[in-house]
Amino acid sequence: MIEVKDLSKNFDSLVVLDKVSFCIDEANLVVVLGPSGTGKTVLLKSMIGLSPVDCGEVIFDGKSIQKAQESEIYEIRKNIGFVFQSTALFDSMNVMGNIALPITEHTSVTAEEVNDRVAQILKIIGMSGKERLYPRSLSGGMKRLVAIGRALALDPKYLFYDEPTTGLDPVMRERVVNLILDLKTDYAKSGIVVTHDLDTAEAVGDVIFMLKKGKISRLSHIGKESYNE
Amino acid sequence: MNPFSVVYDFSSFFVRSIFISWKIRTTKWRILQQVYYVGVGSLPIILVIATFVGLVSTVQTSYQLIGTVPRYVIGLAVGRMVMIELAPMLTALMVSGRCASSMAAEIGTMRVTEQIDALETMAVNPYRFLNLPRIIGTFIALPILTVISEADALFFGAAYAHYFLRIPFSIFSYGLTHYFYPKDFFGGLAKSLFFALVIAAAGCYFGFRVKGGAKEVGKAATYAVVTASILILVLDFLIALVIYG
Repeated sequence: MIEVKDLSKNFDSLVVLDKVSFCIDEANLVVVLGPSGTGKTVLLKSMIGLSPVDCGEVIFDGKSIQKAQESEIYEIRKNIGFVFQSTALFDSMNVMGNIALPITEHTSVTAEEVNDRVAQILKIIGMSGKERLYPRSLSGGMKRLVAIGRALALDPKYLFYDEPTTGLDPVMRERVVNLILDLKTDYAKSGIVVTHDLDTAEAVGDVIFMLKKGKISRLSHIGKESYNE
Repeated sequence: MNPFSVVYDFSSFFVRSIFISWKIRTTKWRILQQVYYVGVGSLPIILVIATFVGLVSTVQTSYQLIGTVPRYVIGLAVGRMVMIELAPMLTALMVSGRCASSMAAEIGTMRVTEQIDALETMAVNPYRFLNLPRIIGTFIALPILTVISEADALFFGAAYAHYFLRIPFSIFSYGLTHYFYPKDFFGGLAKSLFFALVIAAAGCYFGFRVKGGAKEVGKAATYAVVTASILILVLDFLIALVIYG
C-alpha cells in the first residue's frame, strides 16, 4: 500500500501541492485528474523522491521515502515502474537495451535469461519483433508502449503513469488504456495514473481524485462540469 | 555565483562520482566504451597535432641553438620540451575540446530529456552509470594518448632534423637518451593523469547541472571546455612546481 500524507510543495509563492493526502491500495489504480499545469507531474515525482517536498511524506509498504537513506530509496524504487510523459527512453539504446537495462543492472541473470524476459515483456506490450529498433524510429505511441515495457522490467509492484495517453491517436490511446487495464487485472499492478484526459481517467481509474490549486479531492463521478469548474 | 561554493560543488560532485560502489560487473563495459571513445576516437587528431608539435619544436630549437651548442643538444631540448610540457599539455587540451564538450552535451541532453530521472526511477545511480565510466575511461586513455603523442612528435622531430638540418638520427637520439631523466617522462605522464580527471569531471559536472533546453546544453558544453582548459593550465603549473621546481 502507498500512503501519501500531507504532501506540500511550493515554488516560491506558488502553491503546487497543499497537504495532499490519499492512499493506493493493493491492485487498485488511482487516477489523479487535473488540467495541465496543476502539479500532477510534480506530485508523481515527489512521491518517488525525485523532487523534494516542503513537508509531508509518502510511505511505501511502511517505509517513508522522504526519511529513507539513498540506498533505501533505491530499494523502494525497485518496486516501482515509472512511465514518463516524455517516455525518457535512452536514445543511444535500442528497444532491447532500454528494457534490459534495469534487469542487467539489478540482477545477475544470464544474457539468455535477459533475452527471454525482454521477449516476454515485448509480448505483453504487443511489440514482439521490435527489439532491434531505436527510439528515433518509433512512433510516439510505440515509444509509450516501450516506456511501459521498461517500467515492467523488474516486475515492480507499483506502476506510476505520467499522462500515458496524451498526444496519442484514438487507436493507440485505446491500446495503451487496454494495456494499463490488463496490467492491473492480469498482473495485479497497482499504481497511479496522472492525466488531464477525462476518458482515460474514466476508463482506468478505480478511484479518481481531482488536483486543483494544490488541493486534492475525491470525485464520485467524472463530469466535464466538475473538471471545468 | 560564489566561486568557493562552485569549487565545493565541483569537488563534492567528483567525490560522489568516484567514491561509490563501482558494480564492476556492469560498469566495466561502459568503461571500455569510454576508453575506446576517448582513446581511439581522439587518436587521429592527436597524431596530427603531435606531428606538427615535433616539427615546430625542432625548427624553433634549431633556430635558437644551432651554431652555438653541439648538435645533439637539439635532441635533448626537443625531447624534454615534448615529454615534459608539449605532449601532455596539448594532448589534454585537444581531448578536452573534443571529449569534455561531448560529455557535457550528451549528459546535458539526457538531463533535459528526463533520461537521468529515468535512471533514478529504475534505482540506477546516475553517478555510477554516467560519470564513473567517463572519468575512469579518460583516466586510462589520456596517458596512453600522451605516450603515443610523445613518440609521434619525437619521431617527426628527429626526421626533420635528419632530412632538413643534417643532424643524423644517431646524434639526435644521443641527445635524447644520454641526458634523459626518468622524471622527464613520468612527470609528463603524471600530469596527464590529473588532466584526465579534470577533463572528464568538468564534462560530467556541467552536463549534470543543465537546467532548461538546447541553449543550456550548448552553454554547458562551452563551460566544460573552458573550465577544463583553465584547470589544465593551473594544474600544469602546480605539478611543474612540485616535480621540476
